[in-house]
Amino acid sequence: MYHLLLVCLGGAIGAMARFFLSGFIARRVGETFPWGTMVVNVSGAFAIGVIAHAVARDGMPGIWAFAVTGCLGCYTTVSSFSLQTLALAREGEWLRAGGNVLLSVVLSLGGVTLGFAAGSLLIGNGAL
Amino acid sequence: MSSPRKLRSGGTDAAAAGHAARLIGWRKTSETVRIYATVAAGSMIGGVLRALVSLASDALWGSGFPFGTLLVNIVGSFLIGFYATLTGPEGRVFASPLQRQFFMAGFCGGLTTFSAFSLETLILAQGGELVVAGLNIAISVVAWLAAVWLGHIFAMRLNRLRGSGQ
Repeated sequence: MYHLLLVCLGGAIGAMARFFLSGFIARRVGETFPWGTMVVNVSGAFAIGVIAHAVARDGMPGIWAFAVTGCLGCYTTVSSFSLQTLALAREGEWLRAGGNVLLSVVLSLGGVTLGFAAGSLLIGNGAL
Repeated sequence: MSSPRKLRSGGTDAAAAGHAARLIGWRKTSETVRIYATVAAGSMIGGVLRALVSLASDALWGSGFPFGTLLVNIVGSFLIGFYATLTGPEGRVFASPLQRQFFMAGFCGGLTTFSAFSLETLILAQGGELVVAGLNIAISVVAWLAAVWLGHIFAMRLNRLRGSGQ
């Protein structure tokens, strides 16, 4: 119950950060391509890589619940990614839709790998 | 005689304008706070639900394959596709902008997660399970997009039923 409360708290922060950042980027760059969602997901993947290295899941379940399940879980999103990809496809923008899928997946996986490597450089070898 | 009057009326105009500007500014701020609070509230519910599904999935199927994350992402994609079309400009159900933010940016955004998907794929790959990692990527992406499309199609069917708004 205590951990669910931490998930709640982290989730509120993560969601507001996502709402702010994706809205900010969409207003700046325009909405022909969902850069906002992509930046959120890639940066979230990088952060989860760093934190995964720093926090052993069973060692600090409280921090894990707050930062990873709550904050980063609510910060990143698949639903907006799916909806925006569908919207591009429905407009016949197949290249953009495909590019969004490919870029999002490749950059997020690259981000988490890089984050994990950065974590081991900064923090030393932690157990996952 | 007219100049002090003018001055006085100019003064009240300026005061009124300042008051109005403050009122508009305050309204804007309070609206922004309401939107953020709404998104946060929706996301808290979605996030807790995701945590519970993840726990249940580990208990039911073990932690060999991240079924929990796959499940919440599929369900969230279906729901956002369904809701967006059902409450869209041609949808049969009316939802206020705040209600849409609550459900789409809040609940669905909190329920689904790209970061856990990335981390779980990395953990699978690091454990030498490259095939399973690859399968997780392929199955996830195909299933998310199929789910959002199905949700959209399903809502379109409902929208066409007996004319919209009936």
